[in-house]
Amino acid sequence: MKIAIPVNDNNLNTDICPSFGRTAYFLIYDSETKESKFIENIAANMAGGAGIKAAQIIIDNGANVLLAIRLGQNAANVLKASDIKIYKANEGLAKDNIEAFRDGKLVSLDKFHAGFHGRGNR
Amino acid sequence: MNIAILSGKGGTGKTLVSVNLAAVAKNSMYIDCDVEEPNGHLFFKPINIKEEKIAVKIPVVDEALCNGCRKCADFCKFNALAYAKDKLIIFDDVCHSCGGCVLVCPEMAISEKDKIIGKVEKGVSGDVQVWSGILNIGEATGIPIIKKLLDDQKDNKLTFIDCPPGTACIVMESIKDADYCVLVAEPTTFGAHNLNMVYELVSLFGKPFGVILNKYTDGYNPSEEFCKEKNIKILAYIPFDKELGSITSNANIASLSNDKYKKVFAKILDTIKKEVSSEAVTNS
Amino acid sequence: MKQLLILSGKGGTGKTTIASAFIKLADAKAYADCDVDAPNLHLITKWDTKPQNSDYYGLDKAKINNELCIQCDACRQNCRFDAIKVQNEKYIIDQFACEGCGVCEFVCPTKAATLYPSKAGELFLYSNKDSVFSTAQLKMGQGTSGLLVTEVKKQMKSKNIKTDIAIIDGSPGIGCPVIASLSGVDMVLIVAEPSISGISDMERIIDTALNFDVKIAVCVNKYDTNIANSKKIEEFCNNEGYQFLGYIPFDFNAVKAINEGKTIVDIDCPSGDATKEVFKKTMDILLEN
Repeated sequence: MKIAIPVNDNNLNTDICPSFGRTAYFLIYDSETKESKFIENIAANMAGGAGIKAAQIIIDNGANVLLAIRLGQNAANVLKASDIKIYKANEGLAKDNIEAFRDGKLVSLDKFHAGFHGRGNR
Repeated sequence: MNIAILSGKGGTGKTLVSVNLAAVAKNSMYIDCDVEEPNGHLFFKPINIKEEKIAVKIPVVDEALCNGCRKCADFCKFNALAYAKDKLIIFDDVCHSCGGCVLVCPEMAISEKDKIIGKVEKGVSGDVQVWSGILNIGEATGIPIIKKLLDDQKDNKLTFIDCPPGTACIVMESIKDADYCVLVAEPTTFGAHNLNMVYELVSLFGKPFGVILNKYTDGYNPSEEFCKEKNIKILAYIPFDKELGSITSNANIASLSNDKYKKVFAKILDTIKKEVSSEAVTNS
Repeated sequence: MKQLLILSGKGGTGKTTIASAFIKLADAKAYADCDVDAPNLHLITKWDTKPQNSDYYGLDKAKINNELCIQCDACRQNCRFDAIKVQNEKYIIDQFACEGCGVCEFVCPTKAATLYPSKAGELFLYSNKDSVFSTAQLKMGQGTSGLLVTEVKKQMKSKNIKTDIAIIDGSPGIGCPVIASLSGVDMVLIVAEPSISGISDMERIIDTALNFDVKIAVCVNKYDTNIANSKKIEEFCNNEGYQFLGYIPFDFNAVKAINEGKTIVDIDCPSGDATKEVFKKTMDILLEN
């Protein structure tokens, strides 16, 4: 299966990024081939709807599972519509989170924060 | 005659000034464009309220016609559309109602429905017409509500437009039709800094304007210094006064309940009227 | 690192006055001004060094190349934002009204209408080896300040200063910039003003904050301008289960201090004393487990 994690850098010793929509990269780890792929998150600099776009990106890259520290409601809706399972990750190294997931130590992520809106008019 | 009252900073006395001027002027109109935090109605307590909901257009997809090409999602600059497992997902809250997805869809699978984002309430308080715009919590923009308020105002009445604070697009929308702008400033460094911002805004829009120095006290007044430096007309000084503060904090209109303030605001109104007519002469 | 956000709903309640006092009391090493429309915190927090500047680009905007334009009017008819006008027989796009949706670019038959990256503001990052102050200024008439707020917070964290707390001065209102500032913070302190308007706005901001997993606390500033309303706020908090942290009096000394570029805890004054008490209670809640 393909596991997606938002990460700060595109190397294997990278930390997980607390933000999903604005993360710099996604690490897609294939648990069968043991291969890792890094995808630049083009949603990071978009004015709005970043979580939605980021969700689209990992769906299009074939993710089956997402490990994330937190997630907005909008992104969660997109991921769930694609049957992607979401687990609550911990701060620290991405690879530690992958291991924790494989050992069945991560719980499912059920609480999502309100979506942000694309614009700021006061 | 439309007079917009604005300030770069919140809490300087925009609503105090606009509400009291509208109250002391005979047969006027008060429009509250601060749709995120409308407060004028708390003072006027208008009656005979007519409510109109304000809606924007949101896309709706006919799944039978959708062929999954994703041109709509790829086009949307706001990321309001996503495509997951053969289904188009539409995010109402993120959508800017630009209508682009409807245009780009090659199958004509997208149409539009209304989404309510807030309302306009029109009522009356004494001889003042009181109109308020209210944006629902969580909605992104109040511009459609302000547009409705100002488009509907076709009267020749003397109208006071209570603007939102700051200089974002919502403020620009509120002053578009103003004949004159009143900038309200408080005597703090923050106040002066933000007065500068709103001064740039009205200058950019070429609006004639003047400043009211509110909460005026003795001592160093950075906002007054700013006005002197830039040669800006000071319309009035409203002294800091606990009594005025107290009346206002109870949502009462000082110019109606208190003789002293009736005179103060009548004088300010007079000054503004003179300024506006001399502007008209200068520019004609 | 625990993040404390200071909000008010209504403008002018004393958010920045109190935030700057907290920063002083905590000797905070990481703080940010998320009021990107009208930033004021930099006027109090003195930095000798020049900040790192970076441009902030929001949404693209559209422009029309009049040499390619055949005046078919398709752009103006399809623009939902009234951003396209004809002036002096030329089609032009109002850069303030344009929302960067791309519809004009899509319908234009001659590629005269195109989108371009538009600078919407500037970010400023003050830092030295052990502290960081992040702020920004949105250009006039811009939208998308939610993203800029997110950039301000990101910028603050980018310096990786090792510290227990970060203090964020929020923006007024209840919209996008406020929502963006709430993301990821541990606690929000709402500074309420005891006026009918202030109470109404405080309630709206609490409604917004409830969507986030965040501790909510309230204090009343300038309480003695209306004691009855101040008590109402305390009662409201007790009834609804929000932590009520105390009353801060109206104080002319505050104006003097701010105008001299000082915080209210840099001088000896009643509002400073009361703020110290609210600060202690805030820290207890922020740092408890």
